[in-house]
Amino acid sequence: MDELLKLLKRNALESPANIAKMLKLSSREVKRRIADYERRGIIRGYQAIVNEDRLNLERVRAVIEIKITPEREGGFDRVAARISKFPEVESLFLMSGGYDLLAFVSGHHLRQVAGFVSEKLATIEGVLSTQTHFMLKTYKDQGVLMETEKEHERLQVSP
Amino acid sequence: MNGSKSRPEPAPRARRSLVASYLRDVPRSGIRDFFDIVSGRKDVISLGIGEPDFVTPWHIREASIFALDRGATSYTANLGLLELRERLADYVEQSFGVRYDPRAEVLVTVGVSEALDLAVRAILEPGDEVLYHEPCFVAYAPVVVFAHGRPVAVSTNPRDGFRLTRAMLEPRLAPRTRALLLNFPTNPTGAVMDPADLREIAALAVERDLIVITDEIYSELTYEGPRHSIAALPGMRERTVLLHGFSKAWAMTGFRIGYACAPAELIEAMMKIHQYTMMCAPILAQKAAIEALRNGAEDVESMRGEYLRRRNFIHAALNENGLPCHLPHGAFYAFPYIGDYGLSSKEFAVRLLEQQNVACVPGSAFGPTGEGYLRASYATDLESLKEAAARIGRFVKTLRRPRASRTRRPPPSGRA
Repeated sequence: MDELLKLLKRNALESPANIAKMLKLSSREVKRRIADYERRGIIRGYQAIVNEDRLNLERVRAVIEIKITPEREGGFDRVAARISKFPEVESLFLMSGGYDLLAFVSGHHLRQVAGFVSEKLATIEGVLSTQTHFMLKTYKDQGVLMETEKEHERLQVSP
Repeated sequence: MNGSKSRPEPAPRARRSLVASYLRDVPRSGIRDFFDIVSGRKDVISLGIGEPDFVTPWHIREASIFALDRGATSYTANLGLLELRERLADYVEQSFGVRYDPRAEVLVTVGVSEALDLAVRAILEPGDEVLYHEPCFVAYAPVVVFAHGRPVAVSTNPRDGFRLTRAMLEPRLAPRTRALLLNFPTNPTGAVMDPADLREIAALAVERDLIVITDEIYSELTYEGPRHSIAALPGMRERTVLLHGFSKAWAMTGFRIGYACAPAELIEAMMKIHQYTMMCAPILAQKAAIEALRNGAEDVESMRGEYLRRRNFIHAALNENGLPCHLPHGAFYAFPYIGDYGLSSKEFAVRLLEQQNVACVPGSAFGPTGEGYLRASYATDLESLKEAAARIGRFVKTLRRPRASRTRRPPPSGRA
């Protein structure tokens, strides 16, 4: 992966001036490349990684395994695209193994998610079965630990 | 008592100093002095740290834990675990193109510091001289003195990117010159040797029958061009002690694992001292080192990439903030010139600490030729580096740059 993308993936708020220094580019060039990645749709967005467990939100998240029938034209993609459109669906992946699609969904409470599954998801043509797992606690999300461990301290000055 | 009457009372002796004289005259490390100033202060951003900010990769730590779990709590062979020596021989061959026999030419030590001490003690007669390039790691001169040798500093300078050349060495050669100590990439300057210069120095070593001790501890942290060691040059294998270890590139300082590769005769001599003073390097650390060699290459590469980005950042930021700085091609230190502001490097470092809470080690801690410079370690996370650079910028703005001293400013060589 391009060094610029690696830096942005680690910290999307990194300023173009700092990125420029690290990569030995001009700030203008960095901005141009970022704009180019955005225009080409390679950078899809920028989000904060939040430990929602600490916010006491009225919110539940679930992972749903979905089995579907692939269609003659379009395979899994058309059903997947339809499921993706629901705002409740945060992420959706095509999987190998015992089921076809894996959806991460969220709602305000358990009943809302259950309702989404039974009324919307399960009734989509091509969806054969679903299996819903509710999430209890987040330990690590997108490569980031949700709790900071106390670090061992180095000597402040050493040879 | 029986014999008390027949034996004359011993004459009272003048009380001698508790400490041997050759030791008394060795100054305390300038790093240690500065450490005392820094410690006790709160919220310091320290660029004064000579060790990686990364924790040892988990799989390496885990290998040590697993070994402990299995009861690996014994001594090892004096030379070190054979499996480790075999892997070391392969690694050194791969890295530098010179092959050592793991059964007789590789010695595992407690850090490179011990290996250096053993090498110097094994080769010096009292009064022998050892050439070393300065500014340099704080231990080189004292270790030579402890072995009753005479350390002879050879100054390097920013015009040559702090590299060493044959021409710099020649005027310092003397009948008692026995050895030459090299450390490239260099702590604290980040200097890397030019292959042509290295060849000329090797030729000099052969002509003058010098032993070369080369400390390759920062070798993996070379950012431009290939790594090379003088040990691989013609005529050098039989007169070189190659020192290396895991502290820097694998982030394993606390494991204390180093090693020496040298002709069997020399390793045998070094092993003699090692077996009576140290026995062996700790087995758990040796187990970790085996894992580091087996599966650690990717970790080294990713940490190197991180250091490289930080180096580019700090190099640009220091130059922008009025501290001219050559581009360090290796290790993890920037070595900016601060001599334009009419302060000694110690004064500069202390004021920077007092006014902005940023700790950098004064260049003078690395020998008199380091005066006028500051060592800024970038083995520090990027957020801290950014904040430190901003604070250094604010500090420099409070200083007046005397017009006259501007001419002393070294040309910013290597400022690619």
